[in-house]
Amino acid sequence: MGDAVSDMPQGTSVLEGRGIIRRFGPIQVLHGVDFALNAGEVHALIGENGAGKSTMMKILGGYLSPSEGELLLDGAPVRFTDQRQAEDAGILMIHQEFNLALQLSVEENIFLGRELRRGPFLDKAAMRDAARDLLARLDCHVDPRTRIRDLSVPNRQMVEIARALGRRARVLIMDEPTAVLTNRETDTLLTQIDRLRENGTAILYTSHKLDEIRRIADRVTVLRDGTQVLSREAEGFTEDQMAEAMVGRELSDLFPAKAVPHDEVVLEVDGLTVPGRVRDASFTLRRGEVLGFAGLVGAGRTELMEGIVGLRPSTGRVRVMGKVLKPGSVLAAREAGLVYLTEDRKEKGLLLGKNLTQNLTLLALDRFGHIRIDKPAEDRALSEAITDFDIRVKDRAMLAGSLSGGNQQKLLLAKTMLAEPEIVIIDEPTRGIDIGTKQQIYEFIAALAAAGKSVIVVSSELPEVIGLASRVIVMGRGHIAGELTGTDITEDAILRRAMGVTDDREEISA
Amino acid sequence: MSNATDIAAEAPAPRRRFSLHVLGPVLALIALIALGASLNSNFLGYGNVTNVLARSSFIGIIAVGMTFVITAGGIDLSVGSMAAFVAGVMIMSMNALVPVLGIGVALVLAGMGVALIAGLAAGLLNGVLIAKVRIEAFIVTLGAMGIYRSLVTWLADGGTLSLNFEARGFYRPVYYDGILGVTWPIIVFALVAILGELAMRHTPFGRHCAALGANEQVARYSAVKVDRLRMATYVVLGLLVGLATIMYVPRLGSASGSTGVLWELEAIAAVIIGGTVLKGGYGRVWGTVVGVLILSLIDNILNLASIVSPYLNGAIQGVIVILAVVLQREGKSTD
Repeated sequence: MGDAVSDMPQGTSVLEGRGIIRRFGPIQVLHGVDFALNAGEVHALIGENGAGKSTMMKILGGYLSPSEGELLLDGAPVRFTDQRQAEDAGILMIHQEFNLALQLSVEENIFLGRELRRGPFLDKAAMRDAARDLLARLDCHVDPRTRIRDLSVPNRQMVEIARALGRRARVLIMDEPTAVLTNRETDTLLTQIDRLRENGTAILYTSHKLDEIRRIADRVTVLRDGTQVLSREAEGFTEDQMAEAMVGRELSDLFPAKAVPHDEVVLEVDGLTVPGRVRDASFTLRRGEVLGFAGLVGAGRTELMEGIVGLRPSTGRVRVMGKVLKPGSVLAAREAGLVYLTEDRKEKGLLLGKNLTQNLTLLALDRFGHIRIDKPAEDRALSEAITDFDIRVKDRAMLAGSLSGGNQQKLLLAKTMLAEPEIVIIDEPTRGIDIGTKQQIYEFIAALAAAGKSVIVVSSELPEVIGLASRVIVMGRGHIAGELTGTDITEDAILRRAMGVTDDREEISA
Repeated sequence: MSNATDIAAEAPAPRRRFSLHVLGPVLALIALIALGASLNSNFLGYGNVTNVLARSSFIGIIAVGMTFVITAGGIDLSVGSMAAFVAGVMIMSMNALVPVLGIGVALVLAGMGVALIAGLAAGLLNGVLIAKVRIEAFIVTLGAMGIYRSLVTWLADGGTLSLNFEARGFYRPVYYDGILGVTWPIIVFALVAILGELAMRHTPFGRHCAALGANEQVARYSAVKVDRLRMATYVVLGLLVGLATIMYVPRLGSASGSTGVLWELEAIAAVIIGGTVLKGGYGRVWGTVVGVLILSLIDNILNLASIVSPYLNGAIQGVIVILAVVLQREGKSTD
């Protein structure tokens, strides 16, 4: 397999986006971003969650088309109608969720869709040799005949990369490739990226681990809220400066005043471990408190919360109002007054194909009759929810899936609150919703705390955690990495703890 | 339209898919009745109507249970074999109990008890394997289908298990008699259907089944006891298989390896024709009842009118099932 790219002169922009704007419905997520990928260069794209990195990558990879702005391939304007065209042009994207067929072997995956043939038959021997060759270049010594589902996650990552190599990628877009890798595997991967760069491949690299960015990147572009904050040489760009550039945003009066927590402890989590995800987490929550949980994606925050409410197998002890909670039962948690509002409202929160009423009352259905459902009462509950949570519905009989994201989130909140909980865990309360609705949700959370309920807010948006919480627990790599209160809660302090810049650097093995 | 008082009434929220999707099965049933009546003057006679309904009742009772299983995202291929097996066990128990209890109400009640318990146990076994051991429903019930079919053939030693002659005479009225000219199988079917419809539409059980079938994750995150619920659907179905067997045994007084053959497919077909979504999430019991009647009427009409050979019954039923699914899909895509 020769490299089609080695004859490309260094420094030429292989793929470039100019003034890229992208809207989803009324929401604009990219505000004119310029981004150039040069042959033999690693260009890192960093930013907070929701800053628009994924959208930008998808546009460059041909998965999405820009609403405005243009893409240039080797200096000439180009429009990809679908991802296949981009792939034919040598642009490959490696996703966080792998695009591999689990039941097929490594070689079958590498050559999927462009199998080598001899006459009408597959040339298996040639494909196996080529696959072995590609994997060897990555220092990955798995048998090409192994089925993907028998491979470890890092090896799957290597197969993805081998597949991209096999397609003679000129541009490789890597979406957090190290999120699932251990330190040693990360090292191997970075070495491979180095080698690809030497061979002239243009690489777009994203990661939340800023030390990696420093190690591997030639150029860095920082996005914040869909706007390009800066684009510069990586040389001399420190991790602290990167973090600052990522989050440096003024906090306006988006957030309501914080309530003062009472002394009474309502939730005690003691030594909670979710196998493979969270290790020995202990914390308490007081009445009327808004407790923030910050950390990077994959730090184990969601897993910890799911362990607490019984959605994941876990060990350790959870006490609600002093009583030990029966493990593994969402119902028991709900009956004890503890509810969890998922970050994944489309897959885990709402039945998109059902109407509003059925969604609203699902969690607290027993309040509407044990034998016969009291439908008029359900209907009144919907009316109340629509008023209380300001859910904008066109038609009361509409399906939950036809609501906008913000209104879906409000419906999910209403559904959760219908269970009349004392403690609410809200995971990513404002993911993917516009600023106006965000503010409503912030006000709602503050009002809950003021009314003597207790709230845990898990969020990857630092301003949100800082603006809402009176105390913040920072998680990193599966354990609680630190706790901040009052004026100590700053973006810098959180980021440092989350990335383990100051703290210990141990990590749990997945 | 967002005015609360508009829809505050008891009526279920109006569905936007009125169309063919909802009314299709009913229209088909009406068309079949009209066709039957025009072909044969005896079609709407008391004898024929009673016959059709009574013969529908076995499949019908089972299909009501199947509606819940399918709505919750499952499937049960074992019900036909299970019915044969339960019938075999019931007959053997009753024969064995004749010397103890004599011929009488006690014997029949004992037999009914055995049938219900056997059905419940078989349903529970399916349910545990599917919900707790987490084997796919298709696999579990496919295996169970083979096992029960084989067991009943073995119990009958390849032949027929016959109920004690006098016991049969005493038990017979359960199939052939009734009140006010409506025979017991029809009454039981009607009760099961009404209870099933109420359970589906007005109880947390039905609501939870639909939620589970629509999205298991959402159900789990909404504090629905997913495993227990899934198991319950199979147990209910097993019980209903037992009940159907109770109505079936007095008809012939025997069971063999060919009892209940293809009942599972007829029951599933009835559920699908009735508008329940095969992959779960939405089910309607009244639709299933209509589906059962449609299948029975096709059979009946082919037998009464000699236009098309009754041997083509299966082919016509097959076409109807496929057509029903096509209509369902079109109903979806306009959403």
